[in-house]
Order: sequence, then C-alpha cells, then structure tokens
Amino acid sequence: MDKTSTTIPPFIDRVDGIPKVTGSAKFSAEYDFPGMVYGVLAESTIARGTITGMDTKGAENAPGVLAVVTHLNCPKLPGYESTAADIAKRPEVNRGFRVFTDNIIRFSNQPIAIVVADTYERAVYAASLIKATYKKDKHNTDLNEAIKTGKPVEGNNFKDYVRGEADAWKNAEVKIEVEYSMPLEVHNPMEIHALTVNWEGQDKVTVYEKTQTLSSTQSSIARAFGLKNENVRVITQYVGGAFGSAFNTWPHSIAALIGARKVGKPLKLMLTRSEMFTMVGYRPQAIQKIAIGASKNGKLTGITHEAMAMTASYQVFTEGIVNGSRSLYACPNVNTRYKVYPLDLSQPTWMRGPGETTGAYALESAMDEMAYALNLDPIEFRLRNYAETDPESNKPYSSKFLKEAYQMGVDKIKWNERNREPRSMKEGDWLIGYGMGSGIFSAWRGDAKVSAKFLQDGTLVLQTGVTDMGPGTATSMTKLASDIFGIPASQIKFEMGDSNYPPGPFQGGSGTTSTLGTAVHNVCMNIRKKLADLIKDNPVFHTQLIHSVKPEDLVFENGSMILASDRSKKITYADAMKNAGLPQIELLEQSPANPMANHTAYSYAVHFVIVKVHSITGVVKVTRVVSAVDAGKIVNYKTAESQIIGSAVGGISMTLMEEGVIDHRYGRWVNNNFADYHVAVNADVPKVEVLFVDKPDPILNPIGSKGMGEVGIVGFAAAVANAIFHATGKRVRELPITADKLI
Amino acid sequence: MINFEYSRVSSVKAAVDVLAKNPTGRFIAGGTNLVDLMKKGVTAPTRLIDINGLPLKEIKETAAGLSIGALAINSDVSENETVKKNYPLLAMALNAGASPQLRNAATVGGNLMQRTRCTYFYDIAMPCNKRQPGSGCGALQGYNRMHAIFGASDKCIAVHPSDMCVALAALQATITVSGPKGERKILFTDFHRLPGTDPSKDNTLAKGELITGLNIPKNPFTKNVYYLKIRDRASYAFALISVASALELTGNTIKNARLAMGGVAHKPWRLTESEKFLVGKTASRENFTKAAELAMKGARGYGHNNFKLKMGPVAIVEALMKAMV
Ligand SMILES: Cc1cc2nc3c(=O)[nH]c(=O)nc-3n(C[C@H](O)[C@H](O)[C@H](O)COP(=O)(O)OP(=O)(O)OC[C@H]3O[C@@H](n4cnc5c(N)ncnc54)[C@H](O)[C@@H]3O)c2cc1C
Repeated sequence: MDKTSTTIPPFIDRVDGIPKVTGSAKFSAEYDFPGMVYGVLAESTIARGTITGMDTKGAENAPGVLAVVTHLNCPKLPGYESTAADIAKRPEVNRGFRVFTDNIIRFSNQPIAIVVADTYERAVYAASLIKATYKKDKHNTDLNEAIKTGKPVEGNNFKDYVRGEADAWKNAEVKIEVEYSMPLEVHNPMEIHALTVNWEGQDKVTVYEKTQTLSSTQSSIARAFGLKNENVRVITQYVGGAFGSAFNTWPHSIAALIGARKVGKPLKLMLTRSEMFTMVGYRPQAIQKIAIGASKNGKLTGITHEAMAMTASYQVFTEGIVNGSRSLYACPNVNTRYKVYPLDLSQPTWMRGPGETTGAYALESAMDEMAYALNLDPIEFRLRNYAETDPESNKPYSSKFLKEAYQMGVDKIKWNERNREPRSMKEGDWLIGYGMGSGIFSAWRGDAKVSAKFLQDGTLVLQTGVTDMGPGTATSMTKLASDIFGIPASQIKFEMGDSNYPPGPFQGGSGTTSTLGTAVHNVCMNIRKKLADLIKDNPVFHTQLIHSVKPEDLVFENGSMILASDRSKKITYADAMKNAGLPQIELLEQSPANPMANHTAYSYAVHFVIVKVHSITGVVKVTRVVSAVDAGKIVNYKTAESQIIGSAVGGISMTLMEEGVIDHRYGRWVNNNFADYHVAVNADVPKVEVLFVDKPDPILNPIGSKGMGEVGIVGFAAAVANAIFHATGKRVRELPITADKLI
Repeated sequence: MINFEYSRVSSVKAAVDVLAKNPTGRFIAGGTNLVDLMKKGVTAPTRLIDINGLPLKEIKETAAGLSIGALAINSDVSENETVKKNYPLLAMALNAGASPQLRNAATVGGNLMQRTRCTYFYDIAMPCNKRQPGSGCGALQGYNRMHAIFGASDKCIAVHPSDMCVALAALQATITVSGPKGERKILFTDFHRLPGTDPSKDNTLAKGELITGLNIPKNPFTKNVYYLKIRDRASYAFALISVASALELTGNTIKNARLAMGGVAHKPWRLTESEKFLVGKTASRENFTKAAELAMKGARGYGHNNFKLKMGPVAIVEALMKAMV
C-alpha cells in the first residue's frame, strides 16, 4: 500500500510486524520453563459408545512417561462435580463434554487419555500404546440422515420467525424456490492450538493459551478447577489466526491443566493439524431452502428461508444462519425457520462471519437467480428493494452506506460493461463470468476497561486484557490513540494479552475495534482533560474570552496543547506536567456497552468477482476481486484492507475448495490434514481490490467505526458462485464448486 | 513415532548390505513421504538407512538418452537445462507436483517409491488392505473421490500419486536397481503394479533392492508435449486426473504418440491403444476424441469418483490439443 497516496488517509504499519517476521513474537507453544514436560492425547476410534476397558500399562511403562490420566484415575474437578446434578437435569444436548469424567464416547477422536512425558516424542509414542476396548453404539454423523430419521433440537432458539404473511412468495408474480448445501468447514488457522501450563502448587496457575478471550478462558478454568479467578492468569501475547476457533476453553486445554497439576511440572500441549479438525470446532454443515417472490417489476413480496444445520449430540450450537434474510432487503413478508440436528461429532462453533456467511451464500445466490428470473440486473434488483430502515426492528439504522458501496464496486469493476447474458463472454477456451453478492453483519459495542499511563517523557502506555488473533488490534488502537492524543504512534505502547490487565473485550463478532476503540478514545480524551486542567489557570492561555482553559479551547497536536483561537500560544504536554510537578498521569477507563435502544447497526460488504471457467476441464480461476465495504470510519487503512483481503482468500477457499469429509460408516474424518483439506494457495488468489466507504457511524461509538472482520466473508461465496453461473450458464447449488461439477 | 536406529551409508554396496542385515529397515532419501508415514503410524521401520550420501545425483545425457541418479532432487531435474530442452515433458510433470519446498527435498527414487495418498491407508483406525492385508478396503464403499477407475480390484482402489512417474511411463524409462543379487533393469511400465489380490505391494522392486537411477531413451518428443493436471486448487494438490501427452508430427500427421494418465490407477496408466490409434492420423480434435474413447475402455467408477469417467476423456483431448500449441 502506498503511504504517499492522496486518496488513502494516513495509516501505520503493524506494530507487531517486526516481532512476527523476526520470530521474537512468542506464541502459546513457544514458552519454555525448566523441567518442562509434554502432554499428548490418546483418542477414541469409534464415534459413539462406551469404553469397556483401558490398557494403559504399555504407556505407563514407556520411557520418559510421568503420568497417564484417563476417566478411571482422573482427579475430580470441582467445577465438573458440583454441577453433576445440575448436568443430569439438562437435556442431553446441553450437557457438554467434560473430559475424563465418564466412559462415554460422543465422537470419534474424542480424547480418552492424556500422556505426560519428558519429551514430546516420548509422549506421542506412549499415547500410541494406549489401547481401549469399546461397546459400540449405533452412531450417526450424517446430516441428511438426521433430517430424514432424526429429530431437531427443541428450544427457544428455534422459534419460527414470521413478518407479515408466511410463505407469501407462493402467490407472487415471479417466484423461485431453490436449495443450497454447504459442507462443514474447519477454521484451520496457521497456528495450531497449543497451551503451556505452569502451576504454582495446586491452586494457582499461569496458562499461556491460544485464545480470543482472556476473561472467559480465565473464568472457565477457574470454574472447572474451583479456583478464584485471580489465581488463574492467562497470557496470550500473540495468536496466529483463529477465525473463531479460540473462544471456547476446549477439552484439550482442561486435559493439559489436569496433566500438569498431576505431575507438578510445567507442561506444554500442542495439537496436531489432524486434531485441529476434531478438537476446536468447525463451521456446521447446512442445507438451506430459500424461496423468493417478487412482482414483475422486481419488488420483493416474500422471502422464506429455512436452514437445517448440525450440532453435537452433547452440546447445542446455534448461529444466525437465517437472520440476514430478515434484514438485508425491504420485504413485507419474510418467514424463517432454523433447525439443528444433533450428530455424533465434536461440537461446531463460531467461524468467521458465523451464521451470516452460511445464510448469505443462500440468500445472495437466490437473489441472483431471482434477478435472472426477472430479467433484471442483480444490482438494480437489489436497489429496488433497498431497506431505508431496518425491516426487522423498524428502527432507523445508525448508519447505512450500502448504496455507496454498490456504486463504488460497480464503477471499479465496470459492472455495467459486461454482457449480462450467461455464457456470453469468452477468452479462448475460457468462459468469463461476473458475479456479485452482499453481506450484512451486526455492529455493536460492548464494555471494556483500559488503563493508561502517560509519562513525562512523552510515552503513553495503554493496557487492556484483549488478545489479537491477527487483525491488528494493537496497531489500530495505537493509531487511534495517536490521532486522538496527538502524539506519534512510536511513543505509544499498547500492552495486551494478559488477564492481569484490566479486562478488555473478547476478540470476535467484529466488535473489538468498536468496543475497545471507545475505551481508548475515552481514556485519551480524559488524559487530555487532565492535561488541560494543568494549564487551566496559566495566564499565558487566557484571553478576553478565556479565563479558565478548558479542553474544548485547545488543540492537542504533536505532543502539545495549542490554543485553538491563537495557535502561537502552546505548551508541550511534558512542560505542562513538569510545571505542575506531575511525573505521570494514570487513569483507568471503563467504557460501557451501547445498548442501541433506538437504532440498529450493521456493517455491509459488497463483493464483485470475475472468474474464468475452462470450458473443457471445468477448472475455475478467480481473476479479479473488488470488495466495497461500509464499516464506518476506517481506523487504520492498511490493517483494515488486510482484513478484507483475508476474507476474500477465505471466501475463495469456501466456494471452490473447502469441504470437511466424514466417512459416515465409521463416523470418522477422512480429510483431516492439509494435503486433503484444501484452502486457497497464492496461485488461487488474484489481486484483491478493497474499497471503503469510510464514513463515520454517528451513533454506535465516538470513533465512528462499525467493524469488518466478519462481514468481509459474508456474501463472498455467492459472488463467486454467481460469477460461475454467469460464465457457464450452470447453477451449482452445492459447495465447494469443484471442476468435476462443471464438466 | 517409534524409536528407530539410524545409519548413514556412502556406497551402493554398503546400502544394500545394511538393508540385508536389517530387513525391517528402510532407506530414507528426502524423507518427505517416509517420515509422514512414520508419524501417522502407517509404517515403523526399525532402522533408517540414510542414502543421501550416495553418489547417485548425476543427471547426464548420453547417446542413448538421459540418465538420472536415484538421489537427484526433483527440482534439480526439472530445472536442468538438458531436461528442459530435450525432455520437457518430464520437467513439466515434475513442476506440476507438490510444492517448491517439497520438490527441493524430494528425490527421484523417493518419488518412484512414494505411497498412495488414500486416506484409509493413512488412518490406522480404518481398514486398508494395503497397510494391513486382510482388513478390507475402506475406500471401495467409502469416500473415493481420488480413487482409481482403471485396473483396480475389490481389494484396493488406490491410485499412485506421482506426477513425475506419469511422464516417465510415457517416455518409456527404464529403472536401474541394485540388490544382494546384483544389478538389474526394470521397464518403467513393469515397475509399478496393479493391486490384484495383494495391494500391499506397490511395485516389483524385490526385497533388499535399492533404486540407483533411471534412463530415458532418446526421443523425438521435444516440442509437442504437454502435462495437464486437473486438481482442486491451482498448486499443491494431487491430481484428480493428469495426462502426459507427447506427439511427433510431420506436418499435421502424427508420426509417433505417447500418452499416459495419472490419478486413475494403482500405477501410472499408459494408453498404448490410443497411442497406436493416433499414429498415422491427422492431429485433429476429432481423432483425439476417438483416441480418448479408446482410452476409457474398461474404466469404472466407484461412486465419488464417477466424474473421472467424464473428466478422463476430456482431459486426454485437452492434453493433446495443448501439445499442439
Ligand atoms: C503435502 C504433499 C503434497 C505432495 N504433492 C505431490 C504431487 O502433487 N505430485 C507428486 O508427484 N508428489 C507429491 N508429493 C509427494 C512427493 O513427490 C514425494 O513425497 C517425494 O517424491 C518422495 O521423495 P523422497 O525423496 O522425499 O522420499 P522418502 O520419503 O525419503 O522415501 C519414500 C520411500 O521411498 C523409498 N526410497 C527412497 N529412495 C529409494 C531408493 N533409491 N531405492 C529404494 N527405495 C527408496 C524409501 O524407503 C521410502 O519408502 C507430495 C508430498 C506431500 C507431503
């Protein structure tokens, strides 16, 4: 990115860039302590049943082994025990999986033991010697089978939504009814999940853990082991990607804590790539039926969206797959239905653009099909149904610049110069197609605490218990503080990743910048106030109108307070503090959540994609991507752009490659490795052009930004699938769209 | 991974001797396949015999053709000027395989010997006759998208995953091996075998033998060649189907043709009938289509891989068309 560009506002490079590329950044598996031991899990080979016998002798006698923990000898955890009665009262689908507490097998590759040894290799070997015998029960890992013969989970999350009249599409002048399916997908961040555990006695522990949320990791560990929160310190200095996989405190982490406490030594546990498929969640498979009705002139009259997804037999996971269909377009009649079916698999979890990504694939593909049915340009069709207020809540939007985003993308990719006719554009043997899809994702603001210390030497230290899975939170917060506080970014230290710091927000749901940005904004404004106070009575700054200086009278720039009405009157922050004999200013800021009583807030993205499809071999190449995004004000352009580029890469993978495959006969994964589970490589990704509307949201927070980590991938798969249709004239309604589906 | 012993050898004789003394040992070259299999528990050699020190890295052209040492690194072969000029099909096939990092480590001998990527072979909790004879074939009624359409048996439908070997089959290479009973040569198409009733054997290398190199006879296929690889992403994925095509043309008439396919059988699948058909014919899409039809005789799908019956002929025609330009 060109720093001298006049069209892009100034940005800063990643503050963690150098440590990351030079290797000095420490990830959770990279902490070493004297006497370190290693934990490796042994796992079940069946998908459902009970363990009838465990032979751990071989493992226990293997060289270097210090302990083998199974359900037979696992110390009871107060958090698991005290709730046992309570658990029994819960429906089976919400009991959760408590590692090593019983002999029940709930999914294949469930951890059944942890082996602790003095080296990693010895632990791996010993774990391979553990032999379990099972009583097998009939399992089901097949969503289609569950829909046919099983029962969906019941509960409040599954109430049908009806606005206006249900199934109104049926009476429309023009209508379509289609079904889309997508497989389960796995986050697969580059950094595998790992943790290093260091107990001090039995009641105090420091955990270096890969997490997106320090505070709930801290409290879940404390709860399980019956400890006080303050006796559990969680440190996460760096996270090598997560995409949602690092919210939960997963069973392998509890297993590591159990193992480490048992041997009384610092312990490290690193999952393998294969374990990343079964231990830390995935995006659930979903089958979606969607029907759209419209008048001949392209006004929507009804949308019906039904989603059937999966969850684990022991834990319900729900997400807003059908929610986008209620709010993306102005349509008087909308009804949605959402069902999840329990399967004998490990539990799904949030994955980038949770729910909305799945839903928008169906909705935005169907909108394209409908546009063709109406003989309307897909953009024109969307504009005719543009929602000026939120159709779901009837509240005004805090801000909405989706129209602007459509236009930016249309201009950039020269949308209107294409031939709209399917299969009409060619380049030799390659068919060319243009497609678009849009995405919507809730914007919100939670509460957060941040502490600030401003020193006389001009350094501002900010501390908060947030972690950064990659978007560049430290960078954007540094940029924000630099802009607000008027000192160079190089003088700001943003310290995070430690539960001893004041609790920050979790990282996810596209709320970190909005939430933490508010706290950082407020704390900077409050230090400004304190600084202004120091010169309140300084006669130099007094004028005919000003007898006592207030922050509003001042400009805070380059480390100086400058009188706005007479810029010749100024004083550096340092001098103001020296004069007042103040070595430092310290503040703790707690910024509250914004309940958004009178508005609804969303971020939007519109993706335009050009593909080439080989007319003979069916090979698809994405040749151009333009994503136009309304995410409110952009705090730091470079890292924001990277978020959207990353989303495009994920979106290309999702549409063309990603597919978790289970052999339902065994209930076992067959492609749980990086050779068989494909994600895009560089050669699959063209230049991704990112455009931001960059207009502040005036309601959500004082910094004006809405959030973009999730929305960048929402609607992307539809854009690619629609482009493939435009290129080939063929609708493939099943992801991933691989070459064999196009020949 | 189970503990193992390790020795380094510096002569072919020493390599063969050490293996003879340690029949449950295994040669290790680049290690890109063997180490993976050891980590997964698929194989557990008691001794690794490191052959990287053997003087078998040479790539040289003689009057008879090209000779390549078994320890030549894949990328050294594909970047070799003589190979690029006179054996371009081999360079193309090599470059279509794996990733640059892997090609920088993998050897020619290891590439010949690499084992199937069938997931049932890799997961020791699943049945696989190749890994554990008699346990059944997991893929037959399981997930078999990557699997064979030619020459499979009800014991095994795995494919040989190599790209390089598809080109070598088309170019009629010969493999040189050295064993306790001395040296012998194996015709390339006789090296890899079909699964039949004993899928545990990938090839005809006898117990105790070391591959020392291979020879490609001089050939006229320097211009009209193509290696087409259809895969699930643009790079770093095994072939759904690949086709090595080579034509010798006089004017528009085919004087000589070579065709082989990858991703379709337990061995690189040479299409001799199609080759025969093409000789003397005009190089045209029509004739290529007929050749492709001939090639597909006897093909059968097993479910997820049925698409290969359709993709196969299309790929053959496309590879021949591409060889023309
Ligand atoms: C992720 C991934 C993707 C890949 N993608 C592709 C692809 O797209 N196309 C492709 O063609 N390949 C691909 N490969 C496979 C790669 O080509 C092989 O792993 C490589 O060629 C093996 O060579 P090596 O020297 O590392 O063999 P090693 O791993 O050292 O050895 C493999 C086997 O050969 C035996 N062996 C080695 N040398 C000799 C010898 N001289 N005589 C007798 N036996 C010997 C060993 O004992 C061992 O059993 C991929 C591999 C990986 C890991």
